[in-house]
Amino acid sequence: MVKEIDRVGIPVVHMCTVVPISLTIGANRIVPATAIPYPLGDPHLSADEDKALRRKMVEKALVALQTEVSEQTVFEV
Amino acid sequence: MSKIKVVHYINNFFAGIGGEEMAHVGVERRVGPAGPGLGLAAALGDEFEIVSTLVCGDNYFGEHTADAVAELLGYIRADQPQLFIAGPAFNAGRYGFACGTICKAVADDLAIPVLTAMYPENPGADAFKKHMIIIETRNSAADMRAAIPKMAACAKKLAHGEEIGSPQEEGYIERGIRVNYFAEKRGSERAVELLVQKMRGEQPVSEYPLPVIDRVEAAPAVKDIRKCKIAVVTSGGIVPTGNPDRIESSSASKYGKYSLEGMERMDKKDFLSIHGGYDRTFILENPNLVIPLDVLRDLVKEGEIGEIAEYFITTTGTGTSTGNAKKFGEDFAPKLKADGVDAVLLTST
Repeated sequence: MVKEIDRVGIPVVHMCTVVPISLTIGANRIVPATAIPYPLGDPHLSADEDKALRRKMVEKALVALQTEVSEQTVFEV
Repeated sequence: MSKIKVVHYINNFFAGIGGEEMAHVGVERRVGPAGPGLGLAAALGDEFEIVSTLVCGDNYFGEHTADAVAELLGYIRADQPQLFIAGPAFNAGRYGFACGTICKAVADDLAIPVLTAMYPENPGADAFKKHMIIIETRNSAADMRAAIPKMAACAKKLAHGEEIGSPQEEGYIERGIRVNYFAEKRGSERAVELLVQKMRGEQPVSEYPLPVIDRVEAAPAVKDIRKCKIAVVTSGGIVPTGNPDRIESSSASKYGKYSLEGMERMDKKDFLSIHGGYDRTFILENPNLVIPLDVLRDLVKEGEIGEIAEYFITTTGTGTSTGNAKKFGEDFAPKLKADGVDAVLLTST
């Protein structure tokens, strides 16, 4: 799905936990997620901290979307 | 001894009818070989006879595929060939699709061997390489001279029911099929040899090649994120409570598109996860962990991003074939584009 979005010219950032899979399938902009059962945020934190972490990750995704990439790039949070 | 009867399929261009302007022409049957079939007939030799050449415009085939296939099959059944050959299509995408489609239809309908040829990046190659032997060609008709003998050699083997060797030996596009064979050396010896080659910095050839996955260039970065419309797509199996479209919890055959209108965050009363591939405890409690709607609404309010699409697109990633995932993407990506979406967050569990 990621590739088909890139293919129509819409920049897409793949936020996923298992980065090697994302690299294998060919995502170009990747932001590593927290964990498979809770990719964005962390339910073990307080509600505020969880949301703050989620925001940080989304902000990193926005950075990725504003960055030109010529090869597969992982944007670490 | 009677000759082995062959029917050959070519497009408008190779039939000498014309190029793009004639791609609309329908199905036509010519007696004997024509166009590249002349060279093919010579390479196949006296034992074979191309009894007819079927021609169809690439656009006609693409736009009226079912009709074209039905008409072509009618002619082919009447000719009763023992072998069917299409192309070579080189890098012509519609022609490659037509060659693959008609070869598959003939194999299914008449149960005779079929063969085509094209460039590996022809979309027809990926679509049909599992179903048939596709001789690998270069990307233009300038390669005809090299392609024809390879096709003829393989066609002869197919017609005689002889064993077809590996893709490297026969020059066809890898089909992703593993064949058992007796190796001369035992596994441990071969493994050590590979390791030694690797340590010497040579290029060892794996006995277990991994599938090659196609690559897509990254879309250009967004210019001004503050003016962008952002959409969320997920493979995390988040659906409205009740799963109205009955998306499967594994090996999904469909995706859904659901409204976010009027919602400040993903509420567990409204959404749940039907994904069968991870422990859903956390996400059933807080679906924002997959669709970060709470954060996105804040970012819009603060002017950090322009707006968000008032819906999300979702499916279940686990067990879902890359073929299906590609199909979903091919379906919804143009719709996102048409809806003015500038960038996408795609979350996976």
